[in-house]
Amino acid sequence: MENSITEENKKEDRDIIRVDDVRYDYQTYADDGEEAEVTHAIRGVDLQIRDGEFAAILGHNGSGKSTLAKHLNALLLPTEGAVWVTGMNTADDEHLWDIRQNAGMVFQNPDNQIVASVVEEDVGFGPENIGVPTDEIWTRVGEALEKTGMTAYREHSPNRLSGGQKQRVAIAGVMAMKPRCIILDEPTAMLDPNGRKEVIHAVRELNRKEGVTVILITHYMEEVIHADRIFIMDEGKLVMQGTPREIFSQVEKLQELRLDVPQVTRLAHLLRKDGLDIPEGILTRKELVRAVCRIAGLADRHVERRGTAADPDQVTVIQDQMR
Amino acid sequence: MDKNLTIGQYYPADSVIHKLDPRVKLIGTLLYIISLFLFHTWGYVLGVGFLAVMIILSRVPFLYMLRGVKTIWLILVLTMVFNLFLTQGTILWQAGIFKITYEGLSMAVQLGIRLVALILGASIMTLTTTPNKLTDGMESLFRPLKVVHVPVHEIAMMMSIALRFIPILMEETDKIKKAQMARGADFESGNLITKAKAMVPLLVPLFVSAFRRANDLAMAMEARCYHGGEGRTQMKPLRYESRDYVALAVLLAYFGASIAVHAALGW
Repeated sequence: MENSITEENKKEDRDIIRVDDVRYDYQTYADDGEEAEVTHAIRGVDLQIRDGEFAAILGHNGSGKSTLAKHLNALLLPTEGAVWVTGMNTADDEHLWDIRQNAGMVFQNPDNQIVASVVEEDVGFGPENIGVPTDEIWTRVGEALEKTGMTAYREHSPNRLSGGQKQRVAIAGVMAMKPRCIILDEPTAMLDPNGRKEVIHAVRELNRKEGVTVILITHYMEEVIHADRIFIMDEGKLVMQGTPREIFSQVEKLQELRLDVPQVTRLAHLLRKDGLDIPEGILTRKELVRAVCRIAGLADRHVERRGTAADPDQVTVIQDQMR
Repeated sequence: MDKNLTIGQYYPADSVIHKLDPRVKLIGTLLYIISLFLFHTWGYVLGVGFLAVMIILSRVPFLYMLRGVKTIWLILVLTMVFNLFLTQGTILWQAGIFKITYEGLSMAVQLGIRLVALILGASIMTLTTTPNKLTDGMESLFRPLKVVHVPVHEIAMMMSIALRFIPILMEETDKIKKAQMARGADFESGNLITKAKAMVPLLVPLFVSAFRRANDLAMAMEARCYHGGEGRTQMKPLRYESRDYVALAVLLAYFGASIAVHAALGW
C-alpha cells in the first residue's frame, strides 16, 4: 500500500492536491426530526492543483465550493471518492495533522477564527499545536508577520484591527505553520473594498515570493483575474476550468451559471457584440484601452486615406463607450 | 459600547509586582488570605503593614484600588453594625435595647479590617496581572490535578477564549439592541417583569450568534491542528526568574511571621 502511494506520487509529482471523483452527501432533517432528506452537495468532482499554483474556485451560493474547500484539509471527508494532499489520503487518520499543517485554511469571518487576545499569540497558536519548540515559534511568528505586513501590530489586540488586517493575521497564523498550500474560503466576503484589496495583495505576494500554493474560493471576479487557473462549480459539479482568459472569453456561458464577469470584460464583450474588432477574454482596463486605441488608430488612418470614415457606426460606438 | 473595556481590572504600570510570575502572585494571594484569618488583635498590624508595602510597590493608585471596596461596602457596613450591637460582653454604652460592648467593638473593627484587606489583597493580583497571564498561571498551578482527570488545559483554553470573545459579544449585543429598537422594541419602560420579557428578542439572536461563532471557531481551531493540550508547546512559557524566587522568599517570611505571632504571642 505504502509503495503504491509513493509510486503514484512520483507520477503526479507536480500535483499537490488531487481530488478523485469526490461525492459528498449530507442529511437534513425536517422540523419533526423524522424525515431525513439527503442533499448532494458535491456530485463527482475531479481536480488537480499543481504545486506553486494560484488556483481559484468560483461558484454562486450553494454551488458546493465551500464544501469542497473543507475537503481539502480533512475538515470533511468525502462520502465517495478520495482527496489526496501531498500524497496523503485525507481519510487516513494517521496523517490528519500532517495534512492540516500542509494545507492551511483561512475562513470567511475574521472574528471567528482568531483565538488569542494578542496578535502575536494568535499567530503562534498553530505552531504551538503542532509542538514546535518555543524559540522556533518566535522566529516563525516574526517571519509570518513580516510576510503579511503585520509586524507593526504584533502586540495589538485583534479587536482593534480592521477586517482586512484581521484576515492578514489569520493568514499569518496559517503561514507560521509552514504549509505548502493555503486554502482561502471566501476570505473577503465580509470585508470592505479596501480590505479586500489588502488581503488579495497579501495572498498574491505569498504565492509569488514564497511559492506557496494558493486556492482561493470566492465569488468576486476581480480577485481571480491574476489566478493561474480557474475552476467553476455549479450544483456540486465542476463545470468549467481553464486560465482566466479562457474562462472569461465565455461571457454568455458564465451568465448562464449566474456568475458575473469583471466589468472590463463585460464591456469588451458588449463592444465585440456591437461589431467591434476586440479580442475575447479581456481582463484588465489596460488591455481594453489598447484594443480600443488600436481600432481608433485604424479608423483614423482610414479617414486620412479615404477622406471619410469607413464605418461611421464603429467610430460612434467607440466614442460613446469611451465617454 | 466601550471597545476598550478591560476585563478583570488590569491596571497597566511598570512595577515589580507587575513583572512577577502570575503563579507567584496566585500563591501569594492565597497565603495572604490565609494569614488574615489567623490574626486576632495586633496581628492585623502585620497584615495591614504588609499590604501597604505591596500597594506601594505595585504603583497602582490607592484610590483606584479602593474602587474594589466600593462594591462590597453594604456587606461591610452590615457586618460591622451587626457585630457592633449583637456581641455579648462588657457593656461600654447602652441606650434602650441597643448596647455596644467592648468585645463587639473589637470584633467589628477586626472584621472590617479583615474584609477590606481581603478585597485589596485580591485586587492587587487582578490589577497587576493581565487576564491571559492569570489563566496561564492557573493552568500551570493546577496541572497536577490532571492526575485526577480534571481537564485543566481545556478549562484554561475556555477561559482565554471567553476573554477574547467578551468584547465581540458585547458589541454584538449593542448592535442587536439597536436593530430591535429601530423596529420599535422598548427596553426601557415598564416594571421588572416587562423589562425581563423585553430582553427575549435580544437574547435569542445573541445566543444563536454565539453558537454560530463557537461552531466557526471550533472549526478554525481544528484546521490549525488544535487537538487538546497533548503534545502542545507554548510560545510564552512561564519561567521563574530570580525576582520570583525573592518574592517567594518574602512571602514565606511573611507567612512564617504571621504564624509565629499567632502561635507564640496569641495576636
